[in-house]
Amino acid sequence: MTEIFGRFDFDVIARWIREGERVLDLGCGDGSLLKFLQAEKGIRGYGVENDPGNVLAAIRNGVNVLQFDLEQGLQGFDDDSFDHVIMSLSLQTVRHTVPLVQEMLRVGHEAVVSFPNFGHRSHREAIARGRMPVSEALPYQWYNSPNVRFFTIADFEALCADNGIVVHEGLFFDEGRAVSDDPNLNADVALYRLGRQP
Amino acid sequence: MNSVGTVTPQRAAFDTPILLQGGVSLPAFELVYETYGELNAERSNAVLVCHALSGSHHVAGIYADQPDNIGWWDNLVGPGKPLDTNRFFVVGVNNLGGCYGSTGPMSLNPVTGKRYGADFPVVTVEDWVAAQARLADRLGIASWAAVVGGSVGGMQALEWTLQYPERVRHALVIASTPKLTTQNIAFNEVARQAILTDPDFHGGHFYEHGVVPARGLRLARMLGHITYLSGNQMAEKFGRELRHGKLSYGYSTDFQVESYLRYQGDKFTTYFDANTYLITTKALDYFDPARSYGGDLQAALARAKASFFVASFTTDWRFAPERSRELVYALLHNGRDVCYAEVDCDAGHDSFLLDDAQYHADVAAYLDRIET
Repeated sequence: MTEIFGRFDFDVIARWIREGERVLDLGCGDGSLLKFLQAEKGIRGYGVENDPGNVLAAIRNGVNVLQFDLEQGLQGFDDDSFDHVIMSLSLQTVRHTVPLVQEMLRVGHEAVVSFPNFGHRSHREAIARGRMPVSEALPYQWYNSPNVRFFTIADFEALCADNGIVVHEGLFFDEGRAVSDDPNLNADVALYRLGRQP
Repeated sequence: MNSVGTVTPQRAAFDTPILLQGGVSLPAFELVYETYGELNAERSNAVLVCHALSGSHHVAGIYADQPDNIGWWDNLVGPGKPLDTNRFFVVGVNNLGGCYGSTGPMSLNPVTGKRYGADFPVVTVEDWVAAQARLADRLGIASWAAVVGGSVGGMQALEWTLQYPERVRHALVIASTPKLTTQNIAFNEVARQAILTDPDFHGGHFYEHGVVPARGLRLARMLGHITYLSGNQMAEKFGRELRHGKLSYGYSTDFQVESYLRYQGDKFTTYFDANTYLITTKALDYFDPARSYGGDLQAALARAKASFFVASFTTDWRFAPERSRELVYALLHNGRDVCYAEVDCDAGHDSFLLDDAQYHADVAAYLDRIET
């Protein structure tokens, strides 16, 4: 689903990636992020994607794409086999959130996750008006949404704290512009760089 | 339309002995092959297509005198097709031990002057690939742009990357497996026993008796066919439909599926050699590149330098997607470039021979990436 948001999150993610890293992109869509990181950072990357149309698009984009179902976990991947494991705007689409983030930190030295913030002002206002939010960050109707988990920035940080997941860095955006003041209210997208407990 | 058109098989004779994995040396051998498209000046656009159990060198096109004899992978190979002969020089070869013209059990044994029959040595996937490499030498192909194969053909593509890592840039391993499961071997053994116990088998020297072990070969093929299809597809195709509208209360063909299997089995006995069938099933059983690495597939694949395209089919229970995933994870462990497609296709193992749109689009997209 990366394509919906344009490239601002690509630039942020690219800043967290060093030259020549090994990168795994979970839910890689058409592979644009990997293609971007290959061009900008010379990474050795693999993408995991389960949608046949996206798999085809990613093959065409010249990336290593693997058609696996993320709900089946990452057990086939070796410990520490990647520098970064990325999940760009897909965390809300998987059911087993905690095991998956833990697996990301087993397979990767660090994890990068981004997700739409359900706590954004416009979403709260929609709920206050009695309707489920539909926005640029949440472009789906409740009945056709691929999202299965609905959480806010505050929820995610609580989950990290409860599960020993270290937040190295968090960056917040509203329509592509950086947000520093009360991100849980003002940001529509959050990006985190996560690590294991020392 | 967009066929390679009329093709002519060619023959290459090799008089340097080939030492087979089983320890036997063949003093000389011949391979029949076909080519489609043009080899470019740099000789960098050659693609080898490896055949599966009952396949042959006749991958695409038709013969002038047999317009109905269409190559077994004609839907994939041709001008503008996924394996595009406008771009690639494609080679199909009948494997050593085969029955379509390459040296095999039906060939004359120079020592006895009679057909080899059961005296033809058991050959392995490794031997097939070693023989194919001789053909590559002969054609002046130092390295393949790609080696492509489905099922047992995929094993050969994988074996190329291990035996000749410098000579293959891409391997397309489709509906295949890095080794057979116990169940796969069990099915093969039933097929072999059907042939070996046929009174017309004569210890493999049936040619001399002017007979073929048709009953055994027929049973082997019927059994094979069950494993090539998915249960759902079989149900959809035949259901419990009756041949004659009512039960016979006897042992004639009541159900359509019985008729289908008998037909497939009978047809097979008219063109396929029982000894080749035996050899090929053994080659399948033996293939296990991890074996000399204590079962460690990751270690076995460390030699490979090629990039890979691996595809499996969701309803393939013969070489199930799990087997392909094993291969993919071992390739990942070794940092190889790899794309993996798990295609939702209803046709079981035989899906790889069909022109499923998703499957063919993935293959075409991958082949498109290959520089020549």
